[in-house]
Amino acid sequence: MNVEAMVDYLPLFWEAMMLTLKIGWIGIAGSIVIGLVVALVDHFHVPVLRQVLRVYVEIFRNTPLLIQLFFIYFGLPRLGIPIGADVCGAVGLALHGGSYMAESFRSGLDAVSDVQRESALSLGLTRLQVMRYVVLPQAWALCFPSFVANIIFLLKETSVFSAISLMDLMFTAKDLIGLYYQTTECLVLLVIFYLIIILPVSIVGSVIERRLRYGSLGA
Amino acid sequence: MEALGLDVLLNGTNALRLLGGLWVSVQVALISVLLSLPLGMLFGVFMTWKNPVAKVISRLYLEIVRIMPQLVLLFVVFFGATRVFGINISAELASIIVFTFWGTGEMGDLVRGALTSIPRHQYESAEALGLSKPQIYLQVIIPQAMRQLIPTSVNLITRMIKTTSLVMMIGVVEVMKVGQQIIEANRMVSPNAVFGIYGTILFLYFIVCWPLSMLASYLEKRWAVA
Amino acid sequence: MSEPTNANTAAFEPLLRIEHLRKVYGEHVVLDDISLEVAQGEVIVIIGPSGCGKSTFLRCINALEPIQGGTILLDGQPVSAEAKNIAQIRQKVGMVFQSYDLFPHKTVLENIILAPMKAQKRKREECVAEAEKLLERVGLLDKKDAFPRQLSGGQKQRVAIVRALAMHPEVMLFDEVTAALDPEMVREVLDVILDLAEQGKTMLIVTHEMSFARAVADRVLFFDEGVIMESGAPEEFFSHPRTERAQRFLRTFTFDAVKHHAPTSDEPAPLFDD
Repeated sequence: MNVEAMVDYLPLFWEAMMLTLKIGWIGIAGSIVIGLVVALVDHFHVPVLRQVLRVYVEIFRNTPLLIQLFFIYFGLPRLGIPIGADVCGAVGLALHGGSYMAESFRSGLDAVSDVQRESALSLGLTRLQVMRYVVLPQAWALCFPSFVANIIFLLKETSVFSAISLMDLMFTAKDLIGLYYQTTECLVLLVIFYLIIILPVSIVGSVIERRLRYGSLGA
Repeated sequence: MEALGLDVLLNGTNALRLLGGLWVSVQVALISVLLSLPLGMLFGVFMTWKNPVAKVISRLYLEIVRIMPQLVLLFVVFFGATRVFGINISAELASIIVFTFWGTGEMGDLVRGALTSIPRHQYESAEALGLSKPQIYLQVIIPQAMRQLIPTSVNLITRMIKTTSLVMMIGVVEVMKVGQQIIEANRMVSPNAVFGIYGTILFLYFIVCWPLSMLASYLEKRWAVA
Repeated sequence: MSEPTNANTAAFEPLLRIEHLRKVYGEHVVLDDISLEVAQGEVIVIIGPSGCGKSTFLRCINALEPIQGGTILLDGQPVSAEAKNIAQIRQKVGMVFQSYDLFPHKTVLENIILAPMKAQKRKREECVAEAEKLLERVGLLDKKDAFPRQLSGGQKQRVAIVRALAMHPEVMLFDEVTAALDPEMVREVLDVILDLAEQGKTMLIVTHEMSFARAVADRVLFFDEGVIMESGAPEEFFSHPRTERAQRFLRTFTFDAVKHHAPTSDEPAPLFDD
């Protein structure tokens, strides 16, 4: 392995990682917001809106992000809406991730037992108070594992950004392989940089998960 | 039709080419799924072993599968194999290797989860009834584990199908690639082909994955532990 | 029984007045034309076979179930899930459920002070002081910082009772609160309820503990198939049930002695030998 070449490539990979992180986390933040809205609309059985969002979730969950990105990236300009690759990446990831987050939050809300809700109501708390003090804290602990899994999944999904010519890690690796044929070196760097992105999330997630499970659920 | 760019599909052999491209995706997905399911079952049982070496190996394998993007794995196998072993493997083969590697890990984790979710007293009461080890597994444990396993593995299959869209990134000619070629060729005649083609591809993936997702959540509800 | 607090109760208005209550699930009539008046300080025990509607009846009094006919008046105010001030009305009704329904993410003390602080906007120190006093009364003061998972079933139910009491309810509803408990824990929970009865708390109790029912009740209601079949003083009801249904129901709680005899050789071996 040519370590010198790897050192030379480091700044390029670093820059690419920063781009991946920036667009990735903006997209994930968006997916959390979308997921929360969809889950709450579903939970409170808001008419019409609930059905509309259901269709959104089914479409985005059951098709690949790559094609969603193509559709947005090449389609929107044809409608006269110019969109940059970075905005497209973040929007696409948010919409794709939102459908996954919605499922995770919804199952958390549904998993809080009716007796919990009823006993809080029978104490004279209002619906809003029941939601805030009793249902949400438990739902959060219940859906946390799938929430972390979704974040990791979405960080992995950022690897397709190169398809809409974002200069992310995949793009950089492929580019350098094509230019200098330092295949092994580039692949090693690619793996290392993805580890840097995802490993901390995985570790922190499982630590918090263990604590939540003990603190909140008594399991 | 023209506004939606669907007219392109009716030109010449375009529709057939698109379906042909889809068929490559389906093949890759099908072979990988068929390999992953049995291998994953074995791996899942392996993960329940108490042996420390077995634990370290399965932990490591699972973490790689969990953390590495499938596209990175595709790159490593496709470009790396040529470099390290001096063999040229086709993009299709590389895809099947990666998806099977990934699917086996995920499937194994599902199998482990299903097996360990069966409460202790189920084993004990079966034992107390005088059933033999194979009888306990065949009659008591596996039927219950299956109820948990089937919905989650159907979901895994839909994820594997969706992920086949990635193989275009290493140059396998499949549905995405064909779509792009058609769009390129018709750029002048039908500028809206983007919608028609990508819309059609989205739809094709959707009609394969959506029924499977529905089936999974139906089974999950029906078999939910009361 | 406590003295009426209001001097001007000329017409003697009961605390709880239920008239022609009707509850239907689809085709199935769960409660049919139930009328009942409960006076201040009265303890009513409701018994009956499972599925007779007694739990649903309690849930209606707390507006946890929508009703299809009749009225429920507490202190002259209608109890209904649609009422604007339903949360305030529910504050006057304490309810304890069969399953341990403590909030698992809060400590015992937090469980108790949540509703007084949030629903009644009382000061934290005041709520804590009262919670501690109540916990001491049920012998659980040392558990105030424990999480529900660290308690036994009987302890959880005692905390659940305290949690309801902390709201100063005018009437308490108990829905088979000992049904899920181990036998040795039943007593500690029932003792708390007996204690409340002595203090003159108005209560409606659904239970399968017959000797407890006899001891605590001012009046026993026997429910079957959604109607009140019998209503009367406990001694009267338990020794001379009038209806055939009630007689049959009460018989299921008694056992006839079994005559033991050694098996002869041609007789099959006993099913259980001990």
